[in-house]
Formats: sequence, structure tokens, C-alpha cells
Amino acid sequence: MAKKLDNPLRKLKEKFLFLGFVGPIYFAFIMVVIIPFLIGVYYSFTNWSAIPGRAIDFVGVSNYIKAFNDQQFAVSFRATIMYTAICVLLINIVGFGLALLVVQKIRSANLLRTVFFMPNLIGGLILGYVWRFVFIKVFVALYETTGLGIFGLPWLSDANQAIWAMAIVTTWQMAGYIMVIYVAALQGVPKSLLEAAQIDGANILQKTRHITFPLVAPAFTVSMFLTMSNSFKMFDVNLALTKGDPSRMSELLTLEIYNKAFTESNFGEGQAQAVILFFLIGIVSLIQVYFNKKREVEM
Amino acid sequence: MEREKIRLRFLEIFGLILGLLFLSPFYIILVNSFKTKKEFLLTTLSLPESATLANYTKAIDKMNFVSAFRNSLIITVTSIVLIIVFSSMAAWMLVRTNNKTSKFIFYSFVASMLIPFQSVMLPLVDLFGKNNLNLINTYTGIIFMYMGFGASLSVFLFHGFIKSVPRELEEAAMIDGCNKFQSFWYIVFPLLKPITLTVAILNGMWIWNDFLLPSLVLQRKSLRTIPLSTRYFFGTYQADWTLAMAGLVLAILPIVIFYFFAQKHIIKGAMEGAIK
Repeated sequence: MAKKLDNPLRKLKEKFLFLGFVGPIYFAFIMVVIIPFLIGVYYSFTNWSAIPGRAIDFVGVSNYIKAFNDQQFAVSFRATIMYTAICVLLINIVGFGLALLVVQKIRSANLLRTVFFMPNLIGGLILGYVWRFVFIKVFVALYETTGLGIFGLPWLSDANQAIWAMAIVTTWQMAGYIMVIYVAALQGVPKSLLEAAQIDGANILQKTRHITFPLVAPAFTVSMFLTMSNSFKMFDVNLALTKGDPSRMSELLTLEIYNKAFTESNFGEGQAQAVILFFLIGIVSLIQVYFNKKREVEM
Repeated sequence: MEREKIRLRFLEIFGLILGLLFLSPFYIILVNSFKTKKEFLLTTLSLPESATLANYTKAIDKMNFVSAFRNSLIITVTSIVLIIVFSSMAAWMLVRTNNKTSKFIFYSFVASMLIPFQSVMLPLVDLFGKNNLNLINTYTGIIFMYMGFGASLSVFLFHGFIKSVPRELEEAAMIDGCNKFQSFWYIVFPLLKPITLTVAILNGMWIWNDFLLPSLVLQRKSLRTIPLSTRYFFGTYQADWTLAMAGLVLAILPIVIFYFFAQKHIIKGAMEGAIK
């Protein structure tokens, strides 16, 4: 029916229709993502200053060399890797634990799901400020009343501690989201399998280890990917909670790129760092998805 | 069975304690937002003795809360509507015309999901700035950008869903004299309701809370969204904790109210968006 008339007019009409349906969003996508990305890659090889009228000269790979010799870039790189590693571990452990809890036959399961998910709806900037207050004021007050050492730690004034502080806030924010993904996977584990194992005498740990874990592996892949790319790109919590303090030691790559461009007015080098961030995220994500896919069990 | 009961009872209590722990940061900012400065200095953890609303009236005024809320609402709602309209149309056309061009376009959407915002932000601001497109400090500019950044995931989600929608219905509609636009809007689009909800929720959560993009392209004070005005407010009054806490409660309140009414859809939407 559709392909009865194959004349040029009809073909032209179909092309127009295609353009009408796909065009608007593709145009926005090209203008906002693709063109700036390509310009960005080009600018990273120039002495671009973002000052109108000033000539943009090609400078080869010197921005990249500068970036790799930059002390602050090395600090931020290390901070980002450490932050990401802690986040991926903590969020997945807490998220999976919460999921195991809310799939039990307890009366408050639905309520708890709602509560655990809630921080995820609030922006990282606002959460960062909330926790800044908690770390600075509330922990001090708690230390004075309880005397517990954990509240007396220099949470925001020590470099490593500050990275842990950011990871805790991110875990609090994201664990509920990851929980929801694991809940969906856990509900997909067939009851009959667990019952069969029970009859065969498996205890709860054995059941979790040998039946539940392998069957939720796809959810694990998704969650690792999400937590990892989210942590690499984290900006809001960093800005609100530590601002990079103490002395730029907790400054993640995204904030470093931002400062390189807008504080130091060094746009070319900032853009080179942004391109490095792109490759870092791309490579790590692809490797991680590749290895996890290999492990997954076919159902 | 007795043992199972005890186990569940124990888990119930454990869960409730954990739930309270999760909510405790909200509790602490809420109680302190009602305190006077003097009372705050004496105690951080306790309930306020006599709740004062002075912090709120001042915060609403200093944050330009009404204007910030309006800006956030206009930008978020308009962006969501445009993203849904244009990405569902595009996804449908891409599924139904299975040729090289449509495959190329689809995969360019998918591949771009790996590009972090920070890798495009500097040239983006330059391209849309005064000397080029001149769309900085306009609703149009930022909404257009959200369309572009929201496109990939939205087209991807619609694409996956539409693949399972049978062709027969729309073909029947075409025989009855509908054109492509009509058969899409009257026949196909209503079938996409579940995924439309997911797309709306995922984009809404992100756009409402986004800070970095608006901070770069909305510099005029009257255009500030809630995250932006929170930032400036907190920066100015961060020594004045009780006032700052009132500001944070105000910034959180709209989301919590919305969550209260739509929590089921939100959790479901977030889950489906992640798994696909």
C-alpha cells in the first residue's frame, strides 16, 4: 500500500515528512551537543581566550601538555578517582542493602521505599548546603553531647576526609535510586528457585550468594554504570559542600575545569581538560560494561 | 514460623530506625529554621521553644522566592512539553523508516550520551553568547538547550517503546484518510502514555534541580531559578545559619509536596528510565 507509487514527488514528500518529524529535536541536539562538542575539541588545540575579537591560533597539543604538568589537575584527578571509587562501592552496597530490606514482608516496606528515595529528588546543590550545615554545626553539637569520635573528625577541613564527606552525601542522595533498580531485579528472581534451594537446605546467605546475586547481575551492571558516570561528573555537591577546600585539595575535575576557565580565564587549557574528562568517562564506562556483560547469567 | 515472625519484627524496627536516620538531616534544618539566632547559638539539636516565622519572611524576600519559583516552573514545564512532543515524533519516525539515515541519527543520539556536560559547556556558552546567537539570558535560549540535552535519553526511551507498538492501527488510520501527523497524534501518541510519563519525570527531576547550565546562561537576577537563587542566598547569608536553613527548606518544599502526590509514578518512572 505505502509503496505503490514510486514517483519523485512522493519521495520528496516523504523526505519532508521525515524532516518535519525528526528535524526539530535533531536540530536542537546538533546545535547544543554536537557542534559545541566538535568546536570544543578544536578549541582544545588553540589558545582560545573566549574574548571576542581576539584571534584564535592553533597551538598543537600544548594545552594537553600543560594539563598533564598542572599540579592542580593531578590533585583533582586523584580526588575524582578516589571519590568515584568510594561512591561506587558505598552507593551499591547501601542501595542493595536497602533493596533487600524493602522487599521483605514488613508492614512499613512501602513507606520506607518512599523515604529512602526522597533525597534523590533534591538537587545536589541544595543537599550540599544541607550537609554543610550538618557537618559544621550538627556534628559538633553531637560530639559535645555524645562524645562519639566519629562526630569529632575534621570532616570538611581535612582533604581525604572532605572527599569521604562528599561521598557520604552522594550515597545518601543516590542510594534510594539504586535501591529502586535492585528492587526491580530482586522481584524478578523466581520464588520457585528460592523455595527449591530452601528445601535442599540452603541458608539465607547461600541463597543470596548463589541464586540472588547471579540473577541481579544485569541490575548490578546498570547501577555501576550510573553511579560511576554520575560520580565522574559530580559538580553541585562539590561546589556546595567543600568548594574544593581545604586549599583546593577536594576539588573534583569538573570544578577544576570550571575554575580553569572562569577563574583563571584559561579557556584553551580548561577545554583540553574537559576533553580528557570525556575520554576518561568513555573509556572507563566501556570497559566496565564490557566486563560486567561477560559475567552476567543468561536466564 | 515463630522464628520468621521475630526476624520480621526485628527487620521492621531496624528499617524504621534507618528511615529516621535518612530523614534526620531534613529534621535538623527544619527545626533550626524556626529558631531565633539567640536560641540557635544555645542549642542546635532541640526543638525550637517558640517557633518564629521571621526567618521565612526574610528568606522569601531575599531569595526572590516567588520569582525563582515562577522561573523554575516555566522553564521546567515548557522544556518537558517540548521534549515530549518532538522526541516522541522523532522516535516514531525513526522506528518506522528503517533506513541508513534513521539508523545513523538514532545511533548519534545514543553515542552522545557518553559526552559529559562539562565537555561542551565552554563552547556552548560562547556559541549562544552575545557575539553569536545572542540567546543568553532568555527563556528561549535555556529551553532550547534543555531540548538538545534532553533529546538523547528521551528519543532512546520512546524508540524502545515504539518498537513494540503494532503498525496495523496506524495503517488502518491511513486507509481511513488520516495523514501522518493525524495518525501519529490521534492513534500512536495516546498509546505511548506510560513511557511519556517516564520521560516527563526523568527530565523534570533533572531540569528542576539543574544548577550548572542555568548558572552559565541565566545571569540576570530576574531570571534566576530556585537552585540559582539558593546559591546566591546561601553565599550571602551563610554566617546567618537560621536564615539560611529557612531558605533551604523553601527550596526543598515544592519538590516534597510534588513527591507527596506523585511518588508512585516518580519511583516507577525513575526505575524504568534506568533499566532501559
